[in-house]
Amino acid sequence: MSDITVHLTRVAAARWRLALLLTAIMTLTYVGFILLIAFNKPLLGTILMPGLSLGILLGVLLIITAWALILIYVRWTNTHYDNRVADVRRERRAGR
Amino acid sequence: MQTAQPNMIAMAFFAIFIALSLVITWFAARRTRSTEAFYAAGRSVTAFQNGLALAGDYMSAASFLGIAGLVALSGFDGLIYSIGFLVGWPVVVCLIAEPLRNLGKFTFSDVVAFRLRQVPVRVAAAAGSLAVVSFYLIAQMVGAGNLIRLLFGLNYETAVVIVGLVMLAYVLFGGMIATTWVQIIKAILLLTGAFLLAILVLMKFSFNPLVLFEAATRQYGAGVLAPGRFVSDPVDGISLGLALMFGTAGLPHILMRFYTVPDARTARVSVAYATAAIGGFYLLTFILGFGAMVLVGQPAIRAVDAGGNMAAPLLAEAVGGQAFLGFISAVAFATILAVVAGLTLAGAAALSHDIYVHVFRGGHATEREQLRVARGATILLAILSIVLGIAFKGQNVAYMVGLAFAIAASANFPALVLSMFWRNFTTRGAQASILVGTISTLLLIWMSPTIQIDLLKHSTAYFPYRNPGLFTIPLSFIVGIVISLMAPEAAAQDGFTRLEHQIHVGEEETA
Repeated sequence: MSDITVHLTRVAAARWRLALLLTAIMTLTYVGFILLIAFNKPLLGTILMPGLSLGILLGVLLIITAWALILIYVRWTNTHYDNRVADVRRERRAGR
Repeated sequence: MQTAQPNMIAMAFFAIFIALSLVITWFAARRTRSTEAFYAAGRSVTAFQNGLALAGDYMSAASFLGIAGLVALSGFDGLIYSIGFLVGWPVVVCLIAEPLRNLGKFTFSDVVAFRLRQVPVRVAAAAGSLAVVSFYLIAQMVGAGNLIRLLFGLNYETAVVIVGLVMLAYVLFGGMIATTWVQIIKAILLLTGAFLLAILVLMKFSFNPLVLFEAATRQYGAGVLAPGRFVSDPVDGISLGLALMFGTAGLPHILMRFYTVPDARTARVSVAYATAAIGGFYLLTFILGFGAMVLVGQPAIRAVDAGGNMAAPLLAEAVGGQAFLGFISAVAFATILAVVAGLTLAGAAALSHDIYVHVFRGGHATEREQLRVARGATILLAILSIVLGIAFKGQNVAYMVGLAFAIAASANFPALVLSMFWRNFTTRGAQASILVGTISTLLLIWMSPTIQIDLLKHSTAYFPYRNPGLFTIPLSFIVGIVISLMAPEAAAQDGFTRLEHQIHVGEEETA
């Protein structure tokens, strides 16, 4: 029983670490973007090439970042986390 | 565009949508015999379906017409808004979706009350839910009345009553099954409409958005690609940003969707689909906004509606003629209808599942009784939303959506997070956190320039910022933590081990 608990605690901790890391990345990049808008509007207005400003580029990159973070989380949990939780379930049933 | 005249093609498209959705409701009604079907669609929704339904709940008419209009009139600033609406989703999937599915039954209060004392927590959490739902509902109803008047030439009150009654039919008879399918169809229509419209726009700009943006700068100056007045104060900017980001993770009608899927994995994957749809949609909206700016022109957009809400329909008319205008108008109407249905269902769940069943009946009520109360609550909310829609006619509703997000972020999100992650959280702490979050948000918004200066025409405001999130979110966390530490609750701590286990393994295994 304690073995299973230890296993589950480890899986759980790994998932929370990833979840908190990704949440922190998203919060910091987004707050950074807002701060740039608030404090340095001319910089974001820099035209990189005709029709494209730095602000638009960063904005689109932020949307792509959100997608990427979600994909990283879903891929990791779908493979590692789900398998390990399934192991815990199996152990529990076997231990009964 | 003759906005005062009924557009027959729009009417026809809309009639088809209503007919189709009522057929779905009829089929759904035959399957809606239990509370699990009524609130959670029998937990049989697939990841892809739930992804579309989540996207449908989230892509309101405000984001379709509002953001396209904002971009058309002020360029880059519209992008800031759409990004704010998207960045909340990684938080939802990382912190909320799976635990919510594994711990709860129908509402997010199930999770907060999991190891705490039921009655006080349910009352507070239901109050938080109902506050969010009410403000969101007012915004949607008033928006609906205005839009339908512009799009179809119906008068405001008629439009509000139609939306209220059709929505009532979906929720009352078809429950979550009908609401989900209406949401899915609407999401597909909205994405298709926006996609076609973007293609028609880009055809004129050699399929390169940059050529379109460049045309906009030639016409209106390089300023349209740079931040404008939208985020003028850093504190206000971050405050709004935080409310949008964490508010998404506290919206009752969004959270409720995670109960409609069979397991935590499906809940998680459905967020990936939802975010793909929502992000893609906002990118399209950006092209539509700039398209309207260049092809319709800002003066023409302002002439029809000063807020720019008609930018996307006008663009549809400019590039696709009357038929396409009709299609886009019908899609906008369907969008409002579906969002209002989702909100009403979430409100009905708070009233009947949280308040009636758990507070008045101590958790013991027969299925029949629960369904009867849920349907009664639905009728009550439908009447309320029609009355509020008419009462708030002519009000600026943009701040009400902001208010809904701010309350969701300050009242619901902290309690949800603390109840799932912090062993020492107590009943009193949860109560205090939710109530302080709700009341402080309402108070600061009432004291803000938005109400004091813009609405009441006073010369000064008691509070300098328009967005309270930066203050109320931390306040709610701190109050929850301090109150919990002042009086520890042994039973709540004991329950935490069970909660931790169930978050990962799910209900069946711990039972």
